[in-house]
Amino acid sequence: MTVNPDAYFAVATLLFSLGILGVISRRNLLVIYLSIELMLNAVNLILATFSRLRPDEGGTMIALFMIGVIAAEAALFLAVIVQIYRKKQTLDSDAFTELAQGKRL
Amino acid sequence: MSSSLPSLIVLLPFLGAGVMGFVYLFVPGGRDLRRFYVAVGVGAPLLAALLGLIVVGELLTLPDSASITSPLYTWVSIGSFDIDVAFVVDRLSAVMLLVVTLVGSLIHIYAVGYMWDDEGFGKFFAYFNFFLGAMLLLVLADNPILLFIGWELVGLASYLLIGFYHRDTANITAANKAFVLNRVGDFGFVSGLGLLFVLQKQPGFDFASIFAGLGGADTAMLSLVGLLLFVGAMGKSAQIPLYVWLPDAMAGPTPVSALIHAATMVTAGVYMVARFAPLYNRIPDVGLFIAGIGAASALLAALFASWQNDIKKILAYSTMSQLGYMFIAVGLGEYSNGIFHLAAHAFFKALLFMGAGAVIVALHHEQDIFKIGGLGRRLPAVRRTMLVATLAITGIPIFAGFFSKDAILAYAFASGHTTLWAMGVAVAFLTAYYMFRLYFVVFVAPGHRSPSSHASQSSSMAPLPRSMIWPLFLLAAGSIFLGFWNLPEAYGGGDWFSHGLHLADHTAHLRSAEEYMLDGLNVLVALLGIAVAYRKFVRPAHPLRPPVHRLAWQRALANTLYIDTVYDRLIVRPLRGLSDGIDRCIDPKIIDGSLRGLVALYRGIALQSARLQNGNLRWYALTFLLGVSGLSLYLLIAIGGAS
Repeated sequence: MTVNPDAYFAVATLLFSLGILGVISRRNLLVIYLSIELMLNAVNLILATFSRLRPDEGGTMIALFMIGVIAAEAALFLAVIVQIYRKKQTLDSDAFTELAQGKRL
Repeated sequence: MSSSLPSLIVLLPFLGAGVMGFVYLFVPGGRDLRRFYVAVGVGAPLLAALLGLIVVGELLTLPDSASITSPLYTWVSIGSFDIDVAFVVDRLSAVMLLVVTLVGSLIHIYAVGYMWDDEGFGKFFAYFNFFLGAMLLLVLADNPILLFIGWELVGLASYLLIGFYHRDTANITAANKAFVLNRVGDFGFVSGLGLLFVLQKQPGFDFASIFAGLGGADTAMLSLVGLLLFVGAMGKSAQIPLYVWLPDAMAGPTPVSALIHAATMVTAGVYMVARFAPLYNRIPDVGLFIAGIGAASALLAALFASWQNDIKKILAYSTMSQLGYMFIAVGLGEYSNGIFHLAAHAFFKALLFMGAGAVIVALHHEQDIFKIGGLGRRLPAVRRTMLVATLAITGIPIFAGFFSKDAILAYAFASGHTTLWAMGVAVAFLTAYYMFRLYFVVFVAPGHRSPSSHASQSSSMAPLPRSMIWPLFLLAAGSIFLGFWNLPEAYGGGDWFSHGLHLADHTAHLRSAEEYMLDGLNVLVALLGIAVAYRKFVRPAHPLRPPVHRLAWQRALANTLYIDTVYDRLIVRPLRGLSDGIDRCIDPKIIDGSLRGLVALYRGIALQSARLQNGNLRWYALTFLLGVSGLSLYLLIAIGGAS
């Protein structure tokens, strides 16, 4: 079964845009993390698509490799989120502004 | 012909100064190694004098106009234009070399005794050798650039030595004054050199090629060069109007005064004019100006000296007066007579200062001649040698000063400059008066016996070290016999010195009868001066008191016409006011203000930019997105779109 590649691109773009929207608009750190994962997967999808369109499996390889890396990164990310929560008992990103310069002026 | 000896002569005193300075500063306990300092500090000038004698002996075997050069290396090389570091001994620099090293060595030996108890003994000799080396560099330089370096180093050395007793603020002020006034002169000198450099069309900047290239130059420009160079000489040789540092320079130890006045420093201006003789011969108007300044300085200084009470200041003004004679000579173009008077003056002036130093040491640093009084019986050696020097400077026949001074005056008369001649004769009278005033009051007249002054208490006389006595006799011998070296033809001599010097002299001939009359007049005038001094200071049987000046003009002269105050009002204060004004207005408001404005601007920009870093994660993400989007668009449109 062959599907038009444009459909893959459309899905990837949609996924990426959703991710960006999530990062920009949501305050919950977990949701921001999920949105980042969405963007990563959109990129993965594009890589796999291009790889199939050309006689070259390199893109697929990178996509597979990235899935592994993303799994490892997820473990780190979740650990960081737990640590952050312990500090302030909240996951609201707006609560963490210690390093800001503009606020104090 | 070339030889390495001249550069060795210059190097030796500098080497001595370096070694002594190093030991004094960095060797533990090195400050008390007095015997080491004596060995090095006196050895270096003596060795230089010995080498100087060898070089001059070699020079005398060569033909008249020959010279011994000692090229070291090429300093500046621009295309075909070279400035070499090279030293040259010709007849003129040979005379200077001998005067500087021989008289300088004697002063070094004398200084051993004079400075023995000073804690800065090593430092003093390091400076002293440095001074001598700087003067030798000046005298033996083969080009004006090198001469200027020596010229500046001499100024630096004099600054260090005048301010040697640095615990007293007045001495520091005197040192600063000498330094600053010399800078004023040096500004003229270096401007003159720069102009000469521009005028110079041929490759090479040594004296020979400069004088070879003078032929085509514009006389007006040359006059300016000559005038500017003489401004330097005014500063260095203490002529009107830049002389005011000389009396204040007496703040230094007495051997320093002897060295400044006899061998180094003040004679540099006269030497420089003689060295540039081919230049000054082309611009007789400037020469006349130089002679005029010399005569005016001689007269003014003689007047001042007649009213001073400080023994060293009298001698200081007398130096200025004698330098005036030398400038009359070189200004009128009889360079060899000027140099001869310089050489003779070096001997008797060194002797006078060293005698004065002996008196000052013996009386525990009392310098007022009216508080010293009647020392003749107590210091017979000093009295006799001082008498020789006084007779020499007064111009009594057979002493050196008679021949050297009368040659200058006779020439001034013969060449038709009767005003200058008359001024010279007046100065001769004043010289006789003030020198014998000094001699009579210090050595002959009964002492001033006030119980408060320890000067009159014979028990408190300090014994004089031997190294302070015997150099006096050598110098006295020089003061007596040096004159015969240039015995005029009228007295059966042959002007050997003047002919041997081989300078581009003007000549004017006098008949022997005229010369006898002129000389007779000079001697008469000198005797008259002595008689006046005798009447005033020896005849009265009662102890002398310092003169009380009742009349306004007497007070004015005793205060040297308030010239220092006038300079202070006219130049120093306006300059200080200007500096204050700049300090108060321009510096803080315009310069600091603009800098502060710039700082405030950058600070404002930085603070505004810092607002971007507000800690809001979503805001960061948005700007990040916008940035990446913009970059992608740029890549797509500007770069990717092309293919």
